[in-house]
Formats: sequence, C-alpha cells, structure tokens
Amino acid sequence: MAEWIRACGVDDIDTEDVVRFDHAGRTFAIYRSPDDRFYATDGLCTHELAHLADGFVMDSIIECPKHNGRFDYRTGAAKGAPVCVNLKTYPVRVDGDQVLIEVSP
Amino acid sequence: MLRFATNRDYSLVGPEAAKAIETGLANGEWYKSPIPRKRLKELMARSDGPALRDTAIWLGLILAFGGLGIWLWGTWWAVPVFAVYGVLYASAADSRWHECGHRTAFRTVWINDAVYALASFLLLRSPTAWRWSHTRHHTDTIIVGRDPEIAGMRPPQLIIMVLNIFGLVNVPQSLATLARYSVGRLNAEELDYVPQMERWRVQVEAIVILAIHLGALAVAVATSSLLPVVLIGGPNIYGIWFLWWVGNTQHLGLAEDVLDHRLDARTVYMNPVFRFLYWNMNYHVEHHMYPMVPYHALKALHEEVKADCPPATPSVMAAWREILPTILRQLNDPTHFIRKQLPAGAGQLAERAGAHHG
Repeated sequence: MAEWIRACGVDDIDTEDVVRFDHAGRTFAIYRSPDDRFYATDGLCTHELAHLADGFVMDSIIECPKHNGRFDYRTGAAKGAPVCVNLKTYPVRVDGDQVLIEVSP
Repeated sequence: MLRFATNRDYSLVGPEAAKAIETGLANGEWYKSPIPRKRLKELMARSDGPALRDTAIWLGLILAFGGLGIWLWGTWWAVPVFAVYGVLYASAADSRWHECGHRTAFRTVWINDAVYALASFLLLRSPTAWRWSHTRHHTDTIIVGRDPEIAGMRPPQLIIMVLNIFGLVNVPQSLATLARYSVGRLNAEELDYVPQMERWRVQVEAIVILAIHLGALAVAVATSSLLPVVLIGGPNIYGIWFLWWVGNTQHLGLAEDVLDHRLDARTVYMNPVFRFLYWNMNYHVEHHMYPMVPYHALKALHEEVKADCPPATPSVMAAWREILPTILRQLNDPTHFIRKQLPAGAGQLAERAGAHHG
C-alpha cells in the first residue's frame, strides 16, 4: 500500500533545483520548479544510474551530471539520447513547510 | 579503430573489457573536486549568446576564406587562404562537434543538434554512432577494454599517429566506416555501445554524408578540378593538423584505468586564438569532471578546482615536451606513463555523501 513520507523541508530546495532523498534502500530526486511547484522522480538516471540530484535543473528539465541526458521531471519523459527510457515519477504534496512524496513499497 | 597488435587488448569485446567490469572500473565512481552547489549552478548556467557569437564568427570565417580561396583558385595565393580554411573547417569543427554533442554550448537544444550535425558532416562522422562512442568515453575514460576513444595505446601506434597529422589513416577509415554504415552494418564494438533503437539513424546519416561527398567528387571529376574536394572533405587531410597538435594533449601519455580525471586527463594553458578554435577543450580535466559546464565557463571552473588538481601544463609545446619522450619510451616499455602529482591537501577518491535520509 502506498504511503506518504516526508522527503525534505520546503526550504531545503532552492527554486529551479533538485535534492536527493534516500528511503528504505531507494533513492529519489525532489525538484522545485521555477514556478515554485514540487516534483519527485526516481533518483537515478535510467541510462547509467548517475544520481540526478548532482545534475542541473533548467526550466522543467533535469540534466544528468554524467552524460547530459535530459528528462522532463514533471512527466519523467526522456528527451533524447543518451537517455532512452523514461523516469518514474511520484506524487508530491506540500504540508506546511514539509515536502511529502507518495511511494509504494 | 585501426590498431596494430598491442600487449593489452584495447578492443571493447575482449578480455580487458570483462576484466574492467569484474574489477569495478567499468561505469565506476569518478573523483570530483568539491565545488559548492550554488557556485556549480552558476557555472552550469546555459545561454545561447556566447556560442551564437562564436559560431557566427566560425562559420563567417569559413565562408570568407572559402570564397576567397575560390576567387584565388589557380594562383599561389590560394594556398595560404585554404590553409586557414582547412583548419577552420576540420580542426575547429571537432570542438564544435564535441560541445554541441554534450548539448551544453547553446541553451536551445535544436541549435546544439544542428551545429552537431553540421560538424559531424564536416568531420566525416556519423552523428549518432559518435554520440554513443563519446558517451562511453565519458563513462569509462581511458579504461582499457571500455573506452572506444583511446588515442594513445601502449605501446603507441606511432606510425598511425604520425600519418594522422594529415588524416591519412583517419580519412580512409572514416570513409570505409561510413560505407559500412550505409549498408546497415555495425561491427561488434559499435554494437556494444550503440543501442538497438538508434541504429537505423546511423545508416541514414551515413548515406547522406557519403552522398554529399561523392557529389563533390563527381563534380571534381566532371570539371577536372580539385576545387570541389578542396572545399568539401579535403580539409580533413590538409586542415586537421591543428586538432592533432592540440587534441592529442588531452590524455596522451597519462594513466590508464584510474577513476580520477586529474590523473588521466591534462589541462593545458593556451592562447586566446587556440582557445577559440578549440572551444576551451584545453581545460580537459575540468570538462571531464563536470561535463555539464559549458565551454565558455570552463576557465572559471578551472579557477575553482585548480588547487585540487595537478598544476596545469603551461603550453601546448610543454605538453608535447612531456608526451614525446613518454610515448617513445613506451615503444619499449608499455608500462611507462606520466604519473601526475596531486598537490598537497588535494582530495582523494572517496565515498559520496549529501543525501537527505528518510
């Protein structure tokens, strides 16, 4: 059954940036968009498993730090070589000053 | 890649490839000099301005020197004009190919892709096959059995290296490769790094690139003039020497099989003209550590990390002064290489940290 878990504080992420969140042996990337919305995806690039939290957020794009592969972090869509497999996304909600993501076991 | 027999197997499908996977060198965790996230974000910031300016100058110079060369064709004055044209066409195209391949030169993706396609055409390269080759080069830089772009094998392929000052191995090899791609054939190594879903592109691109070059050749034959091939394709013979001179400083003579770009890549100080032609790829340690930083910010990145890196080589000449004796010695002693010394207090390869834990 899916559960909502605290990923980080709202202030832990700058606007147009990303942080890493590890939970129960899994790693996630939490994003704050330029229009101040929050998003969550799997934390590792689908190409060669680099941590996306070390990457670069530009508008709605996360660029992988290893080979510059790009995803739309709102939908997880891969935006071309060298990334060919979409990224899994997770529901996010903000509760006060906390960012929560919904993960299934 | 054409290779003579060496002590180690540099192919991507031999025992060294399996060994690299077994030992964890393949797809390993590379050292990165620490930079505060805020500063790194500033350095990674993208804009179209610098690359639009530099590309306009580059293409403008190619057109100007090409036009002047056509006008002066048949006189000796065409020789120096085409000497410049050739370097702009072939040598300078390599760094445009490289930066736009990373999609960092311009903020706008389609401009990166357009310049990448143009530069690939100029250099007789399949855009798709080379994109995947270079992706592997960044995953496994100078890891034997994994990196398809190792220029300096041990012992060195000295005859091939010297012939390639004028592209005499690379050009026939590139044409043969494109011909092979044009009939849909990838070799075992290419199949190792070009994914299935991308392979059709390799064939289509090869047909287009070959058709244009064969067209230039046909016009040359029909008009009994070398001018068409001097303009199209020929610069890969007479204008590639500059890339050979500066590009071979990137990794030549340095360590193999280390997960630390400070030890297997070289940063070389170059003058502003060279840096324009080479789009700052002289900051090569920095580029490998942080490939998301665009070429125009590499000098600033160098300032951030230089205290954590071996001293930069002061000039291209100085780089060759350490490379030449090394590769000559490697002819008899393939175990020899240049051991770059890290400065006192420099960081070491270690576990990464920094996650929020839930």
